[in-house]
Amino acid sequence: MHTVIDRAQLSPNVTRLVIEAPRIAEIRKPGQFVIVHRAPGAERIPLTIADADPDRGTITLVIQAVGKSTEDLVALQPGDAIADVAGPLGKATDLIDHGRAVCVGGGVGTAVVYPIALGLAARGVEVISVIGGRSKEWVIFEDELRRAGEVITCTDDGSYGRPGFVTDALRDVIEAGGVDAVYAVGPVPMMRAVAEVTRPYGVPTFASLNAIMLDGTGMCGGCRVAVGGKTLYACVDGPEFDAHQVDFRQLADRLGTYRDFEAHATELAHRRRAAAQEEAPLHAPEGSCLIPGLAATAERQEAAAAAGDRRE
Amino acid sequence: MTDQSTPTPETGDPGASHGDSTFTPAFDHPLSPKERMTIDRSHMPEQDALLRAANFREVNLGYSQQLAMLEAERCLQCKNPVCIDGCPVRVNIPLFIERLRVGDMDGAAASLLDDNALPCVTGRVCPQEIQCEGRCVRAKKGASVAIGALERFVADWAMEHPDRPKAAAVTSSGRSVAIVGSGPAGLTAAGELVKKGHDVTVFEAFHAAGGVLIYGIPEFRLPKDIVQQEVDRLVASGVKIETNAIIGRTYTLRELRERFDAVFLAVGAGLPVFMNVPGENYKGVYSANEYLTRVNLMGAWNAESDTPVLRGHRVVVVGGGNVAIDSVRTAKRLGADEATLVYRRGMAELPARVEEVHHAEQEGIHFELQVAPLEVIGDENRWVSGIRSIRMELGEPDASGRRRPIPIEGSEFVIDCDMVVVAIGTRSNPLLTASEPDLALNQAGYIVTDEHGMSSLPGVFAGGDIVRGAATVILAMGDGKRAAGSVDAWLRGEYPPVDETLVAASSAAGN
Repeated sequence: MHTVIDRAQLSPNVTRLVIEAPRIAEIRKPGQFVIVHRAPGAERIPLTIADADPDRGTITLVIQAVGKSTEDLVALQPGDAIADVAGPLGKATDLIDHGRAVCVGGGVGTAVVYPIALGLAARGVEVISVIGGRSKEWVIFEDELRRAGEVITCTDDGSYGRPGFVTDALRDVIEAGGVDAVYAVGPVPMMRAVAEVTRPYGVPTFASLNAIMLDGTGMCGGCRVAVGGKTLYACVDGPEFDAHQVDFRQLADRLGTYRDFEAHATELAHRRRAAAQEEAPLHAPEGSCLIPGLAATAERQEAAAAAGDRRE
Repeated sequence: MTDQSTPTPETGDPGASHGDSTFTPAFDHPLSPKERMTIDRSHMPEQDALLRAANFREVNLGYSQQLAMLEAERCLQCKNPVCIDGCPVRVNIPLFIERLRVGDMDGAAASLLDDNALPCVTGRVCPQEIQCEGRCVRAKKGASVAIGALERFVADWAMEHPDRPKAAAVTSSGRSVAIVGSGPAGLTAAGELVKKGHDVTVFEAFHAAGGVLIYGIPEFRLPKDIVQQEVDRLVASGVKIETNAIIGRTYTLRELRERFDAVFLAVGAGLPVFMNVPGENYKGVYSANEYLTRVNLMGAWNAESDTPVLRGHRVVVVGGGNVAIDSVRTAKRLGADEATLVYRRGMAELPARVEEVHHAEQEGIHFELQVAPLEVIGDENRWVSGIRSIRMELGEPDASGRRRPIPIEGSEFVIDCDMVVVAIGTRSNPLLTASEPDLALNQAGYIVTDEHGMSSLPGVFAGGDIVRGAATVILAMGDGKRAAGSVDAWLRGEYPPVDETLVAASSAAGN
């Protein structure tokens, strides 16, 4: 069992959990991940290790609540326990050892790029972090990343930092010259856009892929991704790959395999929770959850409502 | 003798009620071999095919006590029991059957458990028809003794009576062994080594022990609580199990060699093999490993599980082995209207266990034989919509002795489907082996061992699929048992060991 030591809400749907995992804390390297299995009956979820403290024997996980399984995970409070944490898995990031690197983080990916930025800084690489979010409240890990170097913060709505997407800021940094590598972690469209920005400049670019996986050891093949026309496994060959070679469309596509299932599960979980609090009827109109569009809308509304609750 | 309050007579009248460690023989006088030959093989009771195709409960229901006692009478107690030669773990088959026949359940269970660490498992999943039962002399004239069904009966009885037979107390050897992998090879070796007084720790990458027994073989063929009980029995006997430990990641092999006096590698052949045809990464294409793991280990067949699995209406499973049959029967149980097995050779060449093929046919599984897939077709949203295939004819036997499939020109056709499961085999996983450059591998990435199971690293043994390539549960168990003998000899400083096949054969002959 792995006890939750600390919990913090970083943005409306991003939570930081610090958990006991002494062995993993001792040996993990930047870019590696763990598979978390909260309890019997729960899903196995791959999560990148955002930070580790070998002295305390803890690792930090930063989790975006996107469905029932992640919501259950972020609902854990200090003192609660996670049944299983397996790892560290995946290859460590291929860190350059001199020059200048840009670390691009979008949303929860900002937490994932943080250990990479620290690893680079520790090697004497000059690090510029370009991070972003929809608006100010969605920006995370800004202070942490300052420990590695300069941070350029972008918001889509201009409510904080530089208005616009991270790709715009990245282009300016690259134009200024001297960039030896780019590390990008974030939503698939962001990573794809980063790859397109850096491609004309020939700057080596690495993307950390969040494919669907079960075991994390190469055994299920669910995380297969097309890289340079070859099928590779994100769990053992990655999770980081040459972003210029990755078939992002296929990745986005495969990530959508269980979208309907997840929408149903999330909707059901929300209704059960609401019913438990006697705030809403248990039964929605019959058949409604079989319509993906409806379920997705319901999920968004529920998520927005839940996010609103947490902000209080 | 028994902890039951019911008195247990030494001998009993037929039909009388007894305590449950002693059963009454089926006949009140010993039968002559001629009389034994007149008894027909008892059929294994099973769930009705229509019913079971819609649930995950076990298909085979097991012999009743009466059926078992009657079947036990069919064994001729051969002077030269060739059935034992057919068994990879060399269970003394006539001995446990004779003890069962006379009603000595404690004795039967003790004998069986002494030879076989996982009898509840092997009684259910062994391909008996090509092993013990295939050698049985009664098979020459009619049906063999139902050895598998009798093994299952005795093993299940033992499981329900965990207090008996009492395991003899062992004195600690002061030596420690790390076993990597908790599948059939690892668990068997663990059971054997702990019996010899060694301190055994099993490392498992998943969150639960059992390997293929829990992630691969479905509930309806091998209930997971049965596997858990087998694991629990090993733990009760002193085996330690560390889950979530991936050797090559969480610990290195080098660390294990420093911490333990010997290591046994039984990590299986875990990587799925894909067809390497276009369209294989469309949504709705699974490896059998992923499909079965979602359903079995993660319990996706059960509504209470958070793990999703696709429930195709028209499912195609590619392959012809036990894993393919398990997958296609699983799809049927998850609601597929059409569950089709696509195999490039014919019915006679299907490598799956005969009983499973038979059960699959009864359950309405459709067989597309002598057909090979060429391409997975996707719809506009890149979901699987079909599988373009070609018909095959069978030519001359190839190196494997099976007739070689040859494509028939112009016979291409499309099987419409919304899900595909690829079950054409597995290969070695380099996660552990690649982390130790001094560990000798063959060209296919499997570990090379000497004839006693030791790898190129002194004190590091290997067995099961990571040495022989993908095979059966019982062959892995045979490797585990043999390796345990070698590890024990190594720990006692008596390596290489005496050939235990000869030892077992001579002791069997003496009985």
